[in-house]
Amino acid sequence: MASLDHAPPPFFKRGPAPLALLAFYVLISLAVFVVDLRVRSLDLLRQTVALVVDPLQRAAQTPGSLVDHTRSYLEGMQLLQRENNELRHAKLITAPNLLRLEQLEAENERLRKLLLVKEREDAKGQVAQILYTSRDPFSRKVIVDKGQQSGIVAGQPAIDEAGVVGQVTRVFPFSAEITLITDKDQAVPVQIVRSGQRSVVFGLGTGQMELRYMPANADVEVGDMLVTSGLDSIYLQGYPVAKVVGIEREGAYSFARILAAPIAGVENFGEVMILDPRQPLPPRQPEAQGRGAGGDKPGLRPKKKQAAKGK
Amino acid sequence: MQPTFTSSRLLLPVRPWFIYLSLIVALLLNFLPTAYWAGVPDWVALVLCFWSVREFRRVGMGWAFVLGLLMDVADGAVLGQHCFAYVLLAFAASSLSRRLLWFPIAQQALQVLPLLLLTQMVQALMRLAVGGDFPGWGYFLGPVIASLLWIPLTFVLLLPQYRPVEQNPDRPI
Repeated sequence: MASLDHAPPPFFKRGPAPLALLAFYVLISLAVFVVDLRVRSLDLLRQTVALVVDPLQRAAQTPGSLVDHTRSYLEGMQLLQRENNELRHAKLITAPNLLRLEQLEAENERLRKLLLVKEREDAKGQVAQILYTSRDPFSRKVIVDKGQQSGIVAGQPAIDEAGVVGQVTRVFPFSAEITLITDKDQAVPVQIVRSGQRSVVFGLGTGQMELRYMPANADVEVGDMLVTSGLDSIYLQGYPVAKVVGIEREGAYSFARILAAPIAGVENFGEVMILDPRQPLPPRQPEAQGRGAGGDKPGLRPKKKQAAKGK
Repeated sequence: MQPTFTSSRLLLPVRPWFIYLSLIVALLLNFLPTAYWAGVPDWVALVLCFWSVREFRRVGMGWAFVLGLLMDVADGAVLGQHCFAYVLLAFAASSLSRRLLWFPIAQQALQVLPLLLLTQMVQALMRLAVGGDFPGWGYFLGPVIASLLWIPLTFVLLLPQYRPVEQNPDRPI
């Protein structure tokens, strides 16, 4: 009889109606969606589920990484030797600048002390390996192999050998998620090296970035280098972020449309350096806090006042 | 149960462990690096849809919700995105199941296509509404290929339920 069919449908114990169940689950998932987006208080749930999912994901990544390993193993000595020679050559070329760096830093520090300017913060961090790209097609994120166990916290910036890559946005026990600077609306406060003008560069989600809210007559040229301005208490000052690749100025709009391409190998696999969190900024002046009723531009008020005093 | 309701071939009852196994394999297939290519189907949605059609008393919206949560965490997506889409898919598939199984398998595939497209479009709409970037039209190619895969998938997932062809004449069932 076992081969006939499964158990007969239950006549008396039927459970809730499908529509009621549907309404229940739909409400729960919508609630979870909104809470995760707006309140971000579900990280514990995410971390718990990640403990189950993470081994499966790593297991699924092994065939691909095995192929990569084998390929790099078979590439052989010749390529390695050539690469080694090139690297040695590159090192020699940069040597004149690098060798004097220590002396320059010391000199800079001394001069800064003379000028009574606060000393520059040291950049320290830890190297992390990019495990895989996040599968979510609506955003640009990567997963690295260092997490809570290595002391990573959300908000730390990540750089590679050329420039800023992104920022840690979620931390799991053994891995962390880095949102790339090219992710849509990911913002990095920058400074134009040539003119010293400060602005914010936003990811477009297409692999490029945009320098928004610059007036149409702003002093920007194609090829201008954008470096972190250090005004955000997240990124240290002076790391290359992007290079301006196109400017459209139209009379109809008051802002210029300035496109920039990231300098770091943002979409490449490899290793990144996760920089330690910056020292917290000095507390705000109590006077400025009392006056800055709007609260969103606390830095502007004291300056204006000083300017007024100067007159 | 038969492969389709018009077929005269009887199947063995499904074994629960085979349902679990197929869903775990689907999860693993989704985690493979191939998932970045355009047109690679969402395996979990496809297998979930299959079992919701065939065994709607065993695999329902609760399963869909849990699988959706796993996919959300694995993808790094907003929690609830896959949950919502999969729950809708499981509901639609189970309410279609009594009609769907009367059709030959190729026509079943055609009727499954809108369900899978809906799953994908719901997710896209949810994310675009909260400021995600558009993933490109390749994102909607996955369901089309998945519905083509419905035909081999039906054969593979029903394999453990087929009975041997040579039968004992004394015991016809």
